[in-house]
Amino acid sequence: MSTAHAEHEHHGAPSGLLRWVFTTNHKDIGTLYLWFAFAMLLVGGSFAMVIRLELLQPGMQWVDPNFFNSMTTMHGLIMVFGAIMPAFVGLANWLVPMMIGAPDMALPRMNNWSFWILPFAGTMLLSTMFMEGGGPNFGWTFYAPLSTTYAPASTDFFIFAVHMLGFSSIMGSINIIATIMNMRAPGMTLMKMPLFVWTWLITAFLLIAVMPVLAGAVTMMLTDRNFGTSFFDAAGGGDPVLFQHVFWFFGHPEVYIMILPAFGIVSQIIPTFARKRLFGYSSMVYATASIAFLSFIVWAHHMFTVGMPVAGELFFLYATVLIAVPTGVKVFNWVATMWQGSMTFELPMKWALAFVILFTIGGFSGLMLGIAPVDFQYHDTYFVVAHFHYVLVTGALFSIIAAVYYWLPKWTGHMYSESLGNWHFWTSIVFVNITFFPQHFLGLAGMPRRIPDYNAAFADFNFMSSIGAFGFGLAQLLFLALVIKCIKGGEKATDQVWEGAEGLEWEIPSPAPYHTFAEAPEVK
Amino acid sequence: MNEDQQQKNKRLAGKLSLSAVAMVVFAIVALPALYNLICNITGLDGRTGRIEKEQALATRPDKTRVIKIEFDANVNGDLPWEFKALTRRIEVHPGEVATVSYYAKNLSNRTIVGQAVPYVTPIKVAKYFNKTECFCFSQQKFGPGEDKEMPLRFIVDPDLPKDVNTITLSYTFFDTKQSGVEEDSAKAENATPQ
Repeated sequence: MSTAHAEHEHHGAPSGLLRWVFTTNHKDIGTLYLWFAFAMLLVGGSFAMVIRLELLQPGMQWVDPNFFNSMTTMHGLIMVFGAIMPAFVGLANWLVPMMIGAPDMALPRMNNWSFWILPFAGTMLLSTMFMEGGGPNFGWTFYAPLSTTYAPASTDFFIFAVHMLGFSSIMGSINIIATIMNMRAPGMTLMKMPLFVWTWLITAFLLIAVMPVLAGAVTMMLTDRNFGTSFFDAAGGGDPVLFQHVFWFFGHPEVYIMILPAFGIVSQIIPTFARKRLFGYSSMVYATASIAFLSFIVWAHHMFTVGMPVAGELFFLYATVLIAVPTGVKVFNWVATMWQGSMTFELPMKWALAFVILFTIGGFSGLMLGIAPVDFQYHDTYFVVAHFHYVLVTGALFSIIAAVYYWLPKWTGHMYSESLGNWHFWTSIVFVNITFFPQHFLGLAGMPRRIPDYNAAFADFNFMSSIGAFGFGLAQLLFLALVIKCIKGGEKATDQVWEGAEGLEWEIPSPAPYHTFAEAPEVK
Repeated sequence: MNEDQQQKNKRLAGKLSLSAVAMVVFAIVALPALYNLICNITGLDGRTGRIEKEQALATRPDKTRVIKIEFDANVNGDLPWEFKALTRRIEVHPGEVATVSYYAKNLSNRTIVGQAVPYVTPIKVAKYFNKTECFCFSQQKFGPGEDKEMPLRFIVDPDLPKDVNTITLSYTFFDTKQSGVEEDSAKAENATPQ
């Protein structure tokens, strides 16, 4: 393989459609992941539009309750497994080899496979919507017995789709770990790695630890549904509460899987535009590792209300609140990096700053939810919905958008359209807050989540939220236009692109050549 | 990428794949077992204990304390059964063996096999509440319209924490979906929650 590799070293990308099917190039695969994630963002987003349309006014208007339930379920599943996670893997594919001076990912063929499983898994998941009895309608957390005894027949397809998504994520993670551990350029010690690489290394370990647990959970569901076992069935000696424990043992690390790479991205962007080195690099690494460790011992804070001894509630309360410490370290470091820096506010920086502020709001509402006695009031209300959309939309998604703005000139060789980008940013910022901020009030007032109808008292805030959602959804089409425009042409980007940018990826030409670092660079 | 590098990558990938497989096994085999164990120790899911009759009779009652025991009965989902506690509450001394009865009737015109699952509150009482005889020890088969009085014999451990004065014991009957199927008694014994 090494000789064959050397032969086409100086060639560009092969042409034709099959290039994308057979490619083992990390940049191609990164691009595929990112486009897949964007497509899924639009699909999952359109489901959100259906939800907000139904909730625009009290009463039943547009869809029947079962379809509404499958919309909330599919929106969650598609956004988590189809949009956010693949987008981060795509960024890792594009950036990790370029940041550590490697020619490609460690296992290029497996890389091809781990991407190409995704469209099939996604299609299988979406196809359940057209099956008899409708798609999964039990919420993205698929609690038993809703997902076992009372679930539609299509649930078995959902289970296999989750298996495939798990395979894809695990293979992607193995590849990322092998790349980072084995392929670093000489001189690139672990503590010299860019933070995006660090956060992804830790995320990949989390994925390998918990995606199999998810696979195990759906497998137990499958046998409960079809083969007469009783893991989650009280009548046969099982316990539905066990499902919640298993699910959240996966689910809590999963939420950090969706936010740690975001921390990495923001830690790359802020120093560039503050023109200062990142404040507290090593504390950032340790904070990331501590968050990853803590994520394994807090799962039951999602289920304070199932009935737990007080000692259990206290343990999970304290462990949960403890996560605020390393997270606080990170926010402090970002602010300290900007302190007395020569800041400029190009679009990646705007998105990164929006991330820092809005993610912190989401973090605070998370603290409120982590306090067991008050969680009994907030549990399963719109307050929870507001919380996790602040951390996943204005957190994870905003960081991905920031990353695209930041590295797009490196990928395409062109600068994006500043005016279109500003429109995208400001409409998104305004509408996302109109969408999700009122949901805090709805939740505190007692509006339950996942219900298609509500008391007329909640009408005004729901109307606001729906208008915001339509605006935020449409604003993302501006993003699509901007990216296409940037691929087609635009002002030529320099190699460094941003005045304050540092790192190996800014030392190669823009656009990044098809093969980079065939000869490992020397890192001092 | 040279051969050495490739070997190294493959070895690492192999190790990582093994750990992924180990985690699947952990999730399916170890987690449910661990949960069961923790529930047995702590009574987390409200399960009660089971002891032999001789052991219960050998316990010396603590006549200085009186504990109020309340009995509750529920039917899960659409199981067409009538199910109630014939004794709503009694008072017992810790260490004293007591017997109460539950009543169940199959309201449908088909045979249904049911399984009662107990839940005791407060949770910390679970390990002090032991039964020597209970209709929940095995699956209960009811023919069309059949009714039964079912005994429950229990003993509260004298070591019961001092701050507990009231214990609530709740049973929920589940349909085992084995209606019409001959009961496999060995399997039923094993799968039975206590």
